[in-house]
Amino acid sequence: MTLIDIEGVKKIYDLGAEKIHALDGVSLKIERGEYIAIMGPSGSGKSTIMNILGCLDTPTSGSYYFEGEEVSKMDDNQLAGIRNQKIGFVFQTFNLLPRISSLQNVELPLIYGGVSLESRRERAELVLERVGLADRMNHKPNELSGGQRQRVAVARALANEPSIILADEPTGNLDSKTGEEIMVLFNQIHEAGNTIILVTHEEYIAENAHRIIRLHDGLIASDEVVRMHTMN
Amino acid sequence: MIEYFNSFMIAVESLTKQKLRSALTLIGIVIGVASIIGIMTTMEAIQTYMEKSLSVLGSTVFQVQKTPFMNVGPSDRHKYQNRKDIKIEHADAIRDRAKKVANVGAEDWTYGRVIRYKKKSTEPVYLVSGATPEWSPNNGYYVDVGRFLTQLDVDYSRFVMVIGTEVVEDLFPFIYPIGETVKFEGRNFEVVGIIEEQGSEMGQSRNNMLVIPITVYQKIYGKEGSINITISAKSSELLNGAIDEIITIMRAVRKVAPGEDNDFEIFNSESLIAFWNDMSRNLKIGSILISFISLMVAGIGIMNIMMVSVTERTKEIGIRKALGARKKHILTQFLIEAVLLSLTGGLIGVILGVLLGNVVASLMNLSIAIPWFWVVVGLIFCSFVGIASGFWPALKASRLDPIESLRFE
Ligand SMILES: Nc1ncnc2c1ncn2[C@@H]1O[C@H](COP(=O)(O)OP(=O)(O)O)[C@@H](O)[C@H]1O
Ligand SMILES: [Mg+2]
Repeated sequence: MTLIDIEGVKKIYDLGAEKIHALDGVSLKIERGEYIAIMGPSGSGKSTIMNILGCLDTPTSGSYYFEGEEVSKMDDNQLAGIRNQKIGFVFQTFNLLPRISSLQNVELPLIYGGVSLESRRERAELVLERVGLADRMNHKPNELSGGQRQRVAVARALANEPSIILADEPTGNLDSKTGEEIMVLFNQIHEAGNTIILVTHEEYIAENAHRIIRLHDGLIASDEVVRMHTMN
Repeated sequence: MIEYFNSFMIAVESLTKQKLRSALTLIGIVIGVASIIGIMTTMEAIQTYMEKSLSVLGSTVFQVQKTPFMNVGPSDRHKYQNRKDIKIEHADAIRDRAKKVANVGAEDWTYGRVIRYKKKSTEPVYLVSGATPEWSPNNGYYVDVGRFLTQLDVDYSRFVMVIGTEVVEDLFPFIYPIGETVKFEGRNFEVVGIIEEQGSEMGQSRNNMLVIPITVYQKIYGKEGSINITISAKSSELLNGAIDEIITIMRAVRKVAPGEDNDFEIFNSESLIAFWNDMSRNLKIGSILISFISLMVAGIGIMNIMMVSVTERTKEIGIRKALGARKKHILTQFLIEAVLLSLTGGLIGVILGVLLGNVVASLMNLSIAIPWFWVVVGLIFCSFVGIASGFWPALKASRLDPIESLRFE
């Protein structure tokens, strides 16, 4: 089944003097199990499309179906529900809450998903083990390296077993060696059956993906399958 | 339910992470609650004492005096000062004519006098009373050793004295006091009796007293000025009748024209309780007003601090929303924070207030009291203040746009 289906999506910022067409009519279908890299110059609309796919932002026009449901018609609370249950977002700047431990950070989506205290702790510990941070659960973000922080963020994205992981330049704030380690993690997550979309500037990062979409001035410039992916 | 518990835990956590700010916000609440609880605690302690001691005084005893229990304004004072004095003769007239009364005593009081025995002398004696034999039953002080004053002591102005146990301790640590001669106001008195040991009241010992015949008292201090007449009705059923009877007699003896106001005051434990209730009600209303105002001001403070907090934590709110927090989650988180803030302040205020109130109470030698009703009212009101002042900031937080919030640095 098609996981994501957007048609003619536009995002226009009206700044009074000028209108910025961040997305100028983008259509895209994404199947379950895909591993996609979105590339393009700065300002081409990569973050904008990610935010719309992640239900953090709404398009100015166009339609968006997620697992067959029309997202563009949903209210704030329904969107929050989708973000919580279906989507795991990984940010360039990690976006961890600074004053709480890794474990508590990973528990956040579980809290908003209404998971009980005990199973929440158990699940958070499990995903932290999965990203290789079993020994860092009680550390706060400022006690962790950049790579470790991004691992916590990935664990948090995985906590509610979402349908898709969206990562906007997840290696952008990391050195290349740490970036590659994070990519190993993404590859593992994909092999375990998850759907992944990630934004990157770096060709060697994008090479991990099976399909590369290039944006230019809010439009899809190219969309090519670079490797056959195994359908689960 | 679990969601609210989680919101609660999140709120507790973010409050404890911002200790100084939280503490500053609390001050207003603490003052508001402490003042009301402090006053209510003291009131409660006094109330308990009043009820106990006035019931000991007996429901059948009442007093006739020239001026009210407490003067209210300067103009009143003038009006009361111009009244004719109350004299021993008035007490005699009542004793002769009244049918519904058991004991009619004439008494006068003074304070802070010294008694000497050989080379020893007492601290200034708290209470010096000139009295008639009825003084003992009417006031509820009875002689333990020796005897009390008799009518003959009064009639013949005998220089005899009944003393409290503290006077005994000061002057006669090793000697049997009855029959000894002491010096008081430059005269020799024979000690004839000792009043049984009493508890203390309002920080003053009731054992530090001496009683002499009122006729002797007037020889020493002069006949000018008013005395008090203390009267006990034959039974509590007869109390109101006895009061009416005494009013009639006093008006006749003092020649008050019909239609004019009494030129004397009558009060008993009931009217003292009424007076007390009146005064304490005003005090309570005053303290409720003070607390109300300071809690309102504190509420504005909480609203302010919550507004700042929401702005500063825009990024946090964005992250939470990105992870799936709904409006209600953010709303309850900030509401609970506001309520917790004001409730913490309220609790500290309650503890401080109860402590302060009881310090005051114990300075007055009253037993410890906790005004539970006002504790509960205070805490409930604090919660309301928290909800009211936290609502707008919480609503603002819950309505933030996730993307814009995430961009906030
Ligand atoms: N909130 C906004 N207001 C105005 N313009 C915006 C806003 N967000 C993004 N843009 C503009 O939209 C275009 C696409 O931005 P973005 O998606 O962040 O690009 P990318 O992630 O590819 O660098 C840019 O020209 C950017 O300046
Ligand atoms: Mg971007």
